[in-house]
Amino acid sequence: MKLDIVISGVGGQGSVLASRALASAGMGIGLDVRTSEVIGMAQREGSVTSQVRLGEKLYGATIPDYEADILLGFELAETVRALPKLKPGGAIIASASAIVPVSVQLGISSYDQEAMQHYLREQPGRVVLLDLDELAKKAGHPRTGNVIILGALSTLPDLPFAPNQLLQAVLSYIPEKLHNTNRRAFEVGRQAMEVA
Amino acid sequence: MTLKLLMGNEAIAYGAIEAGVQVATAYPGTPSSEVLSTLAGLAQEKGFYAEWSVNEKVALEVAAGAAYTGARALAAMKQVGLNVASDPLMSLAYIGVKGGLVLVVADDPGPHSSQTEQDTRLFARFAKLPVLDPATPSEALEMTKYAFDLSEQLLLPVILRPTTRTCHACQDVEIQDKDAEPKKISGFQRSPNWVIFPNLSARKHVWLNGQQEVARDSFENSPFNQLTINKQTDVGIIACGVSYNYVMEALQLTGLEASVLKIGTPYPLPAVPVLKLLKHAKKILVIEEQEPVVEDQVIALAWKNRSAAQISGKNDCLVPREGEFNVNKVRQILESFYGGQLEQPVQVAASLAPELPLRTPVLCAGCSHRASFYILKEAARGNDTLFAGDIGCYTLGAMAPLNTTDTCLCMGASVSIAAGLSRVEPHRQQVAFLGDSTFFHSGIPGLINAVHNGANITLVILDNRTTAMTGHQPHPGLNRTAMGPTDQSINIARMVEACGVEFVQVADPFDLKAALQVAKDVLAYDGPAVVIMQRECVAQIDKGRHRRINPELCTECGACIDELGCPAIGKPAGSPEILENCFGCGFCSQLCPVGAIEEV
Repeated sequence: MKLDIVISGVGGQGSVLASRALASAGMGIGLDVRTSEVIGMAQREGSVTSQVRLGEKLYGATIPDYEADILLGFELAETVRALPKLKPGGAIIASASAIVPVSVQLGISSYDQEAMQHYLREQPGRVVLLDLDELAKKAGHPRTGNVIILGALSTLPDLPFAPNQLLQAVLSYIPEKLHNTNRRAFEVGRQAMEVA
Repeated sequence: MTLKLLMGNEAIAYGAIEAGVQVATAYPGTPSSEVLSTLAGLAQEKGFYAEWSVNEKVALEVAAGAAYTGARALAAMKQVGLNVASDPLMSLAYIGVKGGLVLVVADDPGPHSSQTEQDTRLFARFAKLPVLDPATPSEALEMTKYAFDLSEQLLLPVILRPTTRTCHACQDVEIQDKDAEPKKISGFQRSPNWVIFPNLSARKHVWLNGQQEVARDSFENSPFNQLTINKQTDVGIIACGVSYNYVMEALQLTGLEASVLKIGTPYPLPAVPVLKLLKHAKKILVIEEQEPVVEDQVIALAWKNRSAAQISGKNDCLVPREGEFNVNKVRQILESFYGGQLEQPVQVAASLAPELPLRTPVLCAGCSHRASFYILKEAARGNDTLFAGDIGCYTLGAMAPLNTTDTCLCMGASVSIAAGLSRVEPHRQQVAFLGDSTFFHSGIPGLINAVHNGANITLVILDNRTTAMTGHQPHPGLNRTAMGPTDQSINIARMVEACGVEFVQVADPFDLKAALQVAKDVLAYDGPAVVIMQRECVAQIDKGRHRRINPELCTECGACIDELGCPAIGKPAGSPEILENCFGCGFCSQLCPVGAIEEV
C-alpha cells in the first residue's frame, strides 16, 4: 500500500493542517507516514505545497515528480503549478476559484482563470473542480476550504482510512468550539462529490 | 512509548528532553526555529530553562556556561546563525565542556529561505567538532539523545545538522512516556583550563586533534551508519543524511542494483564501513548535498589504503555542489553513473499548460512595513537616495512596487552598509532599515559605530513588536520571554539615545501625514538620525474596520494599487476594489488623492 498526496495552495489557506490531518489518519491505522511542508519566509500569499506520504515502508518526505496519486488544490493556478507532481491518471480535487496575486494587479503577470480550468479538465484522471467559495458559505465559515476538500477526498475509492477516521484526525487539530462548523464543512465536501 | 506525529524540529526537542536537557537557547531562523519553540512550550512542565537569546553568539555562550557546570545544554540556530556564533564555537572546541552540549544547526540547501547554502558539516570539520546528519525526524530524535552522551564522552560540543527536509518533515516518531531522570550536577569547578590563554590553547590544540580520532572510533560501530552489501553488483553508493532517502527511492524506481552505505556521522568519517565497501565495490558513487565532506574523506581513505576503486561524485562533476536534491535529481545522477538510458518518468502533455501567474511572497495586507517604505520613499522623493535593507519580512521591500531595498547582506548589516556607502558617496542620501529583533541581534554595534565615527545616515527601525518572519518569537524589546511574561523589556528609543544618537523620533506609520513629516525631518538632519516606525505586526492583532472604494468618487487613477501593492486591493471587475482580505489598516484611504476609500 502506498498513497502519495500533494496539496497546493496559497499561504494561509490551511494546507499544513490538511497534511497533518491526513498523516495522523494514516498513523491511526498503523501506516508509516511522512509530510513535507514549506514553512518560513513570509509565506502568506505565496505559493505553498505540502506533501503527504502513507505506506508500509517509507524513506523521504518529498514525492518524486509524476508519482503522486492525488492532487488537492486549494487554489486554481496553484493546482496547475503542482500538476507535474501528479502521476498520469491521478485524481485531482481542486478549487475552481482564483486568488489573484499582486503581480497580476500590477500588470507584471497574468491569470487566465478559464484557461486554467480548461487545462485541468483535460487531464486524464478524475478531475473535480469545486466552487469552494460557495461551498464554504454553505458550511458557514469562509476559511473551511481545506476541510471541504478533505471531505471531498474522503469519497474517493481505495483510501486506506475510513471517512470518519479522516474527520476525527481533522478535528484533533481544531479547537473544540469550531468542531461543528468543520464537521459541516467535511460533509459539504462529501456531498459536493456526489453531484460532481 | 507513544507514537506521535512530529516535525523534525519537534523530534529534536523531544530528544533533548529525553536526554535531560537543562538549559536550551536559540535565536530563531528558518528552518531551525521550532526546536526552541517546542522546548520553550514544555520547559515549565518538564522543569528546565529555555530562552530566546538576543543572537546566536549569545545563545551558544549561555549554553556553554551551563555546560561548564556539568548540566546538559542545547543551542539551536540556522546555518548563517552559526557564522555569528563562530567566535565562541572555535574557542569552545579548545576549551571543551563538562556537561553535554549539543549545537543544533539547521542547513538550508536550495536555499529556501537563507542567504547562503553553506554546509555546516564543513564548518564542523573546520572547528574540529563531530557532526551528525539525520535523514528523518525519528533519526533526529535518536541522534539528539546520542549527541549528549557523545559530548560528555569527548568533552566537546557535538553538532547536529539537520536540513530543511528533516526539520520541516513530519513522521510517526516514538517518544518516551517517562521523563528523564534528573542528572546530578557537580557544578562549576575552578581550573586554569577554563581560561583560554595562548599556552593553554597550544596544549589544547594537541588534545583537540587527538579527540578527532576518539570521535572517529566511537562512530565506527554507530547504528547511524549502515552498510548493505549487494553481491550482484560491484557498484557501491555512499549517501549522507537525507540523500540516503533519495538514493533508496531512486534505486527502487529504476530497479538498479548497488551496495549502499548510509552515513549519519559525516565527520569524522568512520573508516571501517567505508573500507568494507571499498573491498567489495569497484565503482563508488558518493551522493551528498552541498560540499564533498564525506567524499573527500572517502578519497583520502581509499588513497591511504591503496584501494583502486573508482570514486565518483563531486570530484568528477557527476554530483552537483549546489541546490537541494530530490529523487528525480538523484535518478539522473544514477543514470549518468551507470551509463545508458534509463526509462524516463512519463511526461503528461495533454496540451501546453497555461501561463502561470507569478506568486512570490508579499507583505501581508495591513502590514505596517508597506506604509513605512512608502513614507520613506515619499520623504526622499527628489533626492538621490539609497536604501540599505536587512533580514526580516521587510526584505520584501525590495519587491515592486515598493522598490525600497537596494542592498541586503546579512543580519544587522544595513546600518553599516549605509555608513560605508556614505563614505564614498556623501552626495547621496543614505537610509538603512532594521527590524526590532534585528536591531537587538546585531544592529546596535553598527549604530554605535556610525555615531562615534560621524556617519551621515538615517536609520529606520521597523518596530512591529515581534520577530515576525520566523514565527513571532519574543525579543528584548518585549514584555515576554520564552518562559513567560517579564517586566524587563528594553525601550528601543532609549537604547538608541544611549548609543549617542541625538536625533531620535518615534512615528506611527499608519498616520501618513505625521509620519511623513517625521521622515522628512529625520532625512534633513545632518548626522546620524533614527526614526522608529512603531506598529504591531498584523499577525498579532485583530482586524480593523474593512475599507471599500466609493465608485462615485474613484477616478481609477490606480494609485492605491500601483503605489502599495497590497494583496487586499485588486481589480476583479476592472476597477479598483478592496477585497475580502482587507485588514482595515486604513493606510490606503489616506493615500487616495480623491478620498474615495472609506470605512465600511
